[in-house]
Amino acid sequence: MNAWHRFLRNPLGVLSALVLLVVIGAALAAPLLTDARPDAAVLRDAFGAARDGHPLGFDSAGRDIFSRLVHGARNTLGGAVLALAVAVALGIPAGLLAGYAGRWFDAVSSWLVNLVMALPAMIVLLASRAVLGPTVWALMIILGVLAAPSFFRLVRGIVVNVRGELYLDAARVAGLPAWRIITRHVLVVVRAPIIIQLALVAGVALGLQAGLEFIGVGSSGSLPTWGAMLNEGFQYVQRAPRLMLWPGLALGLTSAALVLLASALRDALEDRATGPRQARRRLPADVRPARLDGEPRAALLSVRSLAVSYRLPDGSEREVVHDVDLDVEPGRIVGLVGESGSGKTQTAFSILGILPEGGRVSGGSITVDGTEVVGLGARDWRRLRTSVVAYVPQEPMSNLDPSFTIGSQLIEPIRAAGVSRAAARQRAADLLRAVEIRDPDRVLRSYPHQISGGMAQRVLIAAAMAGDPRLLIADEPTTALDVTVQAEILALLRRLQRERGLGVLLVTHNLGVVADLCDTVAVMRQGRIVETGPVAEVLGAPRHDYTRSLVDAVLDELPLTESR
Amino acid sequence: MTTSPLLRLDRVRVNFPGKGWRAAPTEVLKGVDLVVEAGQTHGLVGESGSGKTTIGRAVLGLVPVAAGTIHLDGSPIHALTSRRRRALSRDLQVIFQDPYTSLNPARPVGDTLAEPLYGQGQRPREARQRVAGLLERVGLPAGAMDRLPREFSGGQRQRIAIARALAIGPRLIVCDEPVSALDLTTQRTVLDLLQEIQRDTGVAYLFISHDLAVVRHISHVVSVIRHGEIVESGTAEQVTAEPKHPYTRRLLLSAPVADPQRQRLRRAAYEREFAGERS
Amino acid sequence: MLGFVLRRTGAGVLLVLVISFVTYLLLSLPDNDVARSLLGPDAPAELVAATNAELGVDRPVLVQYADWLAHAARGDLGTSWFTSENVGTAIAGRLPVTLSLMLGVTLVTAVVSFALGIWAGVRRGAADRLVQILGVLGYALPGFLVTLVIVLVFAVRLGWFPAIGYIPLTESAGGWLSTVTLPIVSLSIGAVAGTSQQVRSAVIEVLRQDYVRTLRSRGLSRRSILVKHVLRNASAPALTVLGMQFVGLLGGAVLVEQIFGLPGLGSMAVTYTTRGDIPVIMGMLMVTVVGVVLVNLAVDVAIGVLNPKARRA
Repeated sequence: MNAWHRFLRNPLGVLSALVLLVVIGAALAAPLLTDARPDAAVLRDAFGAARDGHPLGFDSAGRDIFSRLVHGARNTLGGAVLALAVAVALGIPAGLLAGYAGRWFDAVSSWLVNLVMALPAMIVLLASRAVLGPTVWALMIILGVLAAPSFFRLVRGIVVNVRGELYLDAARVAGLPAWRIITRHVLVVVRAPIIIQLALVAGVALGLQAGLEFIGVGSSGSLPTWGAMLNEGFQYVQRAPRLMLWPGLALGLTSAALVLLASALRDALEDRATGPRQARRRLPADVRPARLDGEPRAALLSVRSLAVSYRLPDGSEREVVHDVDLDVEPGRIVGLVGESGSGKTQTAFSILGILPEGGRVSGGSITVDGTEVVGLGARDWRRLRTSVVAYVPQEPMSNLDPSFTIGSQLIEPIRAAGVSRAAARQRAADLLRAVEIRDPDRVLRSYPHQISGGMAQRVLIAAAMAGDPRLLIADEPTTALDVTVQAEILALLRRLQRERGLGVLLVTHNLGVVADLCDTVAVMRQGRIVETGPVAEVLGAPRHDYTRSLVDAVLDELPLTESR
Repeated sequence: MTTSPLLRLDRVRVNFPGKGWRAAPTEVLKGVDLVVEAGQTHGLVGESGSGKTTIGRAVLGLVPVAAGTIHLDGSPIHALTSRRRRALSRDLQVIFQDPYTSLNPARPVGDTLAEPLYGQGQRPREARQRVAGLLERVGLPAGAMDRLPREFSGGQRQRIAIARALAIGPRLIVCDEPVSALDLTTQRTVLDLLQEIQRDTGVAYLFISHDLAVVRHISHVVSVIRHGEIVESGTAEQVTAEPKHPYTRRLLLSAPVADPQRQRLRRAAYEREFAGERS
Repeated sequence: MLGFVLRRTGAGVLLVLVISFVTYLLLSLPDNDVARSLLGPDAPAELVAATNAELGVDRPVLVQYADWLAHAARGDLGTSWFTSENVGTAIAGRLPVTLSLMLGVTLVTAVVSFALGIWAGVRRGAADRLVQILGVLGYALPGFLVTLVIVLVFAVRLGWFPAIGYIPLTESAGGWLSTVTLPIVSLSIGAVAGTSQQVRSAVIEVLRQDYVRTLRSRGLSRRSILVKHVLRNASAPALTVLGMQFVGLLGGAVLVEQIFGLPGLGSMAVTYTTRGDIPVIMGMLMVTVVGVVLVNLAVDVAIGVLNPKARRA
C-alpha cells in the first residue's frame, strides 16, 4: 500500500484536504461567487441581516460580509503563500547545502539561523511596519525570512544524519557525481518531512498574518482580510457577535485543516500503522500452566515450559519463545546459545522480569531460589533483584545513565537498602576494586562518557555484584568488546563466579565463549531449545542437526600452539 | 621486481580534526605501508580504534590522506580530482560491514545495484540485464530486483552488497568487516561466496576484520594493525601460527575456541603470558 | 562548567551586538526626514535642519550607531522622537506587565506540560491518545482566535473576569489575579499543546533506553527510576522546546495585550510602530532580544547541569 492509499484511508486527512480545497477554490473564484463589491459601503445596510444575493448579511459599514470573506480569502491566503514561498526558497537549499557540504557554509548559515531564531517575529514585523509603512506583502516577505530557519533546521538535521549512512559512501565509491547522490539519495529522505512542515508553517503564517491584520498594522485597511474583519467584529462584539463568527470560522477551519492535514500526511508518508484500529479490549492475562513431570527442579533457577508472547498491533498475540526448560544449579555456569532472533534474550529477560513493553510470559513456570516469579508482585520482585538475582547486559555504554556519575549509579541501589551514604560509598569503592578497577575513586567521580567500554562493562559487573546475588544472568556480556578486553572480562567473570559460588546463565552466540566458561549448554533455535547437555558433549558430538550446523560453521581453528 | 603490485600504500598518514575549536588533530594512521597483489586477499586485523577501517576509507578516497602515497596499478590515487576519482570506480569497489545501512532503504534492490552501472554511463535496459545476472551470481532470484532491502535478511543483504561491488568487474574490492554483523552459519556461506568469486574473476580483496579466524580463513597475506601502525605482516600461515609480535600472539590467545579442552590450554597460556596486562 | 557558562554568555553577547547593529542599520535605511514628519510640511527649512541636528539624525549612520551603543551600554536607550520621554523609562514602566504575563505562562506551561507529558508517556493507551488529541487541537487554532473565544465566553457572556484593563499587583493582589488570569490561560494553551508533546515523546524515548531496564534489574522501584532517571533525562529536550516557545510567546503577548487592553510592552509596540518612533522601537527590540538570549542561556545552563555530555559542546 503506498502513501497515497494510506492517506485516502484517513477520514480526518481527507476532510482537511477537502476543506482546504473549498477555501482555495472560493478564493480563486471570488468574483464569480458574488456580485457584491467587498468595499462597497451602504450605510443604511449597516448590521443588516442576510437577504437575497447577500447570504451572510452586512457589516458595521454596510458592506457585504460574504463578498468580504471570499475576497479576504485571496489576500489572507495569498499572504501566507508568499511567506511560505520565501521561507522554502531560503531554508531548503541552504539546509541541503549546509547539511551535505558542511564546513564553513554550515558554520556560517547555522550561526545566522540562530540569530534569526532569537528574534521575536511579531516585534520584528511591527518594527518593519514602522520603517516600511503599511504594506502587507513586504511584511509577508519578512515573515518568510523569519520562518526560513524552521525549514533550514529540519532539512539540515536530516541531511547530516543521512550523510553518515554507508549507502552514501557506497554511491560515492560507485562513481556517482554529487548532484546525482543528492537527487537519488538525499532528496528522497527529506521530501516527506518537508511536505509535513509546509502544512505546519502555512498554519503559523496564516495565524501571524491574521494577527497582524487584527491589531490593525498590516494593510492600510483598504484590503479586506479575515484578520481585519475579526478586528471590526471585535469592536461590535456586544451588538453583533455574528460579525466575528464568519471570519473566525474561516480562519479557524483553514488553520485546523492545515494542522490536521500535516498530521495525516505524517501518518501516510512515514508509514505509521493507522490501518485497522487497534483493539481496545484488554488481552487475557492468562498464563498457560507448566507441565511438571515430577522431575526434580534446580534449587537456584528452574524454568519449565516457558512461553513468551508479544502483543501485535491488531490486538492479537504472537508467541516467540515456546516450551523452554532450563535449570541452573548453584555454582554452575549454563550457556544459552543461538543465532539472532532465536529467543535467547527473551528467555533471559523473562527470568529477570524485565521484558519490554508489549511482551509477557504467557506460559510456564520460573522459580528463582524457590520463589515462583511468574505473576510476582512488585515488592517481591524488588527483594529478589536486590539480593538474589542480578543482570549483566550486552552493551556497556547504553546501560549506564549518561546523566549521573558512576558513583551515584552504584550507590543508589545500595542506599535503597537502607545503608548510610558514607558506608554506601565505601561499599561502591570496594565493589570496583573487586572487579579489578585500579583507581576506584576516580571512576566513582566519572561520568559514563569519560570511561572506556571495557571499564564500563566492569562497572556494570560491579553493580550486579552489589547485592551479593546468587544467580547472575549475563546477556552477551562480551559481544560489544574487543577480543583482548573480552578475554579480561571472561577471566573476571570466572574468578567472581568461583569466589562467590554464583550460578550463571550466560546468553551468547559465541561457541568459543561457551567452551571457555560454561559447564552445560542449551542450544536455542526459533524460540525452542533443541539440545541441552555438558559442553564437551554438545560441542564435541552434537546430536541435533542444527547444533551440528552451528559447530560446522566455526572456521578452522587457529593453529597457534598454546605452549611455547 | 618487474611489475608493480595492484595496490601499494607507502607511509600513509591520516589525521582527524580534533573535537572543538583549536583542538589538535588526532593522528589515526601513523605511516602505514601495505601491498595487495592482484588476485590475492590481504587480511587486515585490528581492534576498535586501531585505524583498520580508516585504511580502507583512505584507499577509497573517503578520507583525505595527510602524507604518504597510495598507488593503484602503479598510478597514484591518493590525491585525485573528484572526476578522476569517479572514473576509478571501474577498478575499485567496496563492501561495508553493516548490510542494513549500506543499502538505501527507500530504493528497490535493482536500483541500488544499477548505481555503479549508471556511474559508468550505462543505459537502464542494459543495466537491468546486467543486474539480473549479478543477482544470479550471488545466489538470489532475479525477482529480487524489484523488492526493497527490508524484505531481505542480513545475509541476503550482504549478498546484494557483494553484487553491487561486482557490478562493473573491479580488480580490487575493499571489504570492511563484511561478515561481522552476520550469524555464524550465514558468515560461513558469505565467505565461501567471496572465495568463489575470487577464483572465477581474479579480483583482489583488502579484507578488514577484527576476527583473526575469519581473516586467516580467507587471506593469503595478513597484517596486524594497532594504534595506527602495522605491527606485523606476513603470510596468513606464518602470522597466525608463529606470530613474531607479542600483540599478535595476545590477539590469537584472547579469542576463545569452541573446544573446551583446547580452550583450557589456550587460557592457561594466555594467563601465563599476559596476566595483569590491560588493553 | 564555568568555562561552558562563560562560552555561552560570550556567544549571547556577540549575538545581541550583531542584532543591534543590523537592526540599527535597517531601521535607519529609509531616508528619514524625521523633523519634517514631526513638524509638518509647513515648517521652515532652517527649523527642520536644526531639529534634525538636535536629534542627531543628520550624522553618518555608523556614527549614530556608535553613539547609540555607547549610551545603551550605560543603560540609556535614548529619547522618543515624539514624546521626548526617555525610552528606558518608558519600557521600564511597561515591562512588569509583560514580565508577569510571561512568567505566569512559563510556569503554567511547565507544570501542566510535564504533568500531561509524563502521564501520557508512562500510562500510554487512552491517556496518551487524549494528550495527543489535545496537542493537535491546541496547535490547530491560531492563538489569538482562541483568545477571542475565551474573552467572549468567560468575560463577555459569563462575566467571571474583566474583559479589559489591568490592576497592578502592588494595588491589589486579587485584582491583579483577576486581570491576568484570562491572558495567561489563553497564552498557555498553545504553549502547553507544543511542550506536552515534547515531554511525552522524551519520556517514551527514555523509558525505552537500555539503562532503564538495567536499573529495574537492580531492584529500584518504578517510581524512583521515574522521578530520578527518566525525569532528568527527559527534561533536556523539554527545556529546549520551552525555551523556543518563549520567542513565540512574545509575539502572542502583543496580541493578547492588545485584546485585553493590558499596558505592557506589546501594546506599546503597536502604538509606537504605527507612529514610526525609531528610538523606542529600537529600544524595545533590544530589550526583547536580550530577554530571548537570557532565556536561551538559562536553558543551556540548565541542560548543561542536567546532562554532563552537553557541557562539552
